[in-house]
Amino acid sequence: MKQFTYVRYEVLRTIRNRRFLIFSLIFPLILFYAIAGQHRSAVTDGISFPLYFMTGMMAFGSMNAVVSSGGRIAAERQVGWTRQMRVTPLKTRTYFFAKVLTGYLMALFSIVVLALAGTSLGVRLDATQWLTMLGLILVGLLPIATMGIMLGHLVTVDSLGPALGGVTSLLSLLGGAFGPLATTGTLLTVVKLLPSYWIVQAGKTALGGSDWPTEAWIVIAVWTVVLGRITALAYRRVTARV
Amino acid sequence: MTEYAVAAVWPFYGLDVATATERPRGIELRALTKSYGDVQAVRAIDVTIAPGETLALLGPNGAGKSTTIDMMLGLTRPDSGTVTLFGSSPTDAVDAGLVGGMLQTGSLLDYLSVRELVTMVASLYPHPLKVEDVLELTGTRDFADRPTTKLSGGQTQRVRVAIALVADPELLVLDEPTAALDVEGRRDFWHSMRAVAARGKTIVFATHYLEEADAYADRIILMARGRIVADGPPTVIKAKVGGRTIRVTLPDVALADVSALPGVATAEQRGDAFTLTCLDSASSDLALRSLLGRFLAARDVEVRGAGLEEAFLNLTGEDPGDVSPGSAR
Repeated sequence: MKQFTYVRYEVLRTIRNRRFLIFSLIFPLILFYAIAGQHRSAVTDGISFPLYFMTGMMAFGSMNAVVSSGGRIAAERQVGWTRQMRVTPLKTRTYFFAKVLTGYLMALFSIVVLALAGTSLGVRLDATQWLTMLGLILVGLLPIATMGIMLGHLVTVDSLGPALGGVTSLLSLLGGAFGPLATTGTLLTVVKLLPSYWIVQAGKTALGGSDWPTEAWIVIAVWTVVLGRITALAYRRVTARV
Repeated sequence: MTEYAVAAVWPFYGLDVATATERPRGIELRALTKSYGDVQAVRAIDVTIAPGETLALLGPNGAGKSTTIDMMLGLTRPDSGTVTLFGSSPTDAVDAGLVGGMLQTGSLLDYLSVRELVTMVASLYPHPLKVEDVLELTGTRDFADRPTTKLSGGQTQRVRVAIALVADPELLVLDEPTAALDVEGRRDFWHSMRAVAARGKTIVFATHYLEEADAYADRIILMARGRIVADGPPTVIKAKVGGRTIRVTLPDVALADVSALPGVATAEQRGDAFTLTCLDSASSDLALRSLLGRFLAARDVEVRGAGLEEAFLNLTGEDPGDVSPGSAR
């Protein structure tokens, strides 16, 4: 219950930070209407373009949401707040958990708004399909959230904005969030190794009724574990120095 | 000293980290050592602090005060030696909510009001004080609804005090708490600290102001270059470092007459030259007035105040030129 108060204020802080909404919600929403609105009846990668692009924008927006939440650790570290928190009973994992949870809540918000936007452009899925898509996106975000915390420990505040924005934009682009980069060939093989590819594929998977292939689960798991290890090392290095 | 008696009445002790039958043990630093590269920040210091004591760590910059405090709070791992807080390791004591810390650097968390921030921090502790009471005590209630980013320096400092106090810790550690404050801010700050000390809490603060240590501590530990060079009640420490020296040439005057002047602690004679020591500036002013009034032939008067740095060097017997690289920062 006590930890809940802490998390509640974390969420409140994030909502009040309007800048946070620009890349996680407003930007994807504008792109969605601007681009999908003009190609409502097109078919991409075997599914309707609005569905494909809606999922792509969900991936882009939600990735920005979870990555920047973790990334804000850098700012709190710089102003000395992290040190102050280490003199309280707050557990390090609770601190990180609050950051991840906040990122996920913001991601969820942006996913729901984009789903409504998709519906307004004729995207129709039944309840199971919506939930499958949502579930897969949330799982796919795990390595991205971890990466946010990792960058929060490796990068200074000044370069954090470009670092986070650059990484999520690149992952979104390569993963096909703005349109499929490749449907066959070597590039596809490479792209399939990225977590962002599988987040974007969540829409198609949901529609097809089939689960993610085993490959997807492995890619997400490996990225999460590897980034998690690096994060743990970065955390140890940062706290040992002070 | 009365603070030792406070150990007998210890309301919250032992709830989390020790059994009720155990006696409160206060704070113990044993052979605590820490180096950063070639610089020996803290060199094997031993300190025992009784529960309820208000202790000042006094010393110039680079004396090792902040490093000592960081080790007490578990923020820095000592190279060797141990810290024990109420019978536990610093980390365990911090986890049990027994410790409140106000660090030297650090601003407040943004996108929250003052009240929200204090409430957020209070929620982390097992037995926090009432948020409204803390706002009242620290004089932050007037701007409690203002965002933490829209405060003056003095207001920010008060909020940091509130954050440290709301935990209702047994030990409050403050690293140069008044460095950013003006005279009035300092007075207000110590006013709220007195209220804390009156509740039997242990307070350890670092400062490089002798006056501050003298006015608010029961005991002063003088640090220089990572070592403890003096440890005792403020009156004793003050005499050691806060003194003034008067040199004067007085023809045909007896030493006894000079020693008897008001404000003079000791007097030495070498021919016509006298060296008088006084415990503080008020005493030296007094001594000087009567000296010049009574001995009209006095000439070549020289008054020297021992600065903290110089006083430390005198105490440690080190030559000012013998400063090792980095230690004088």
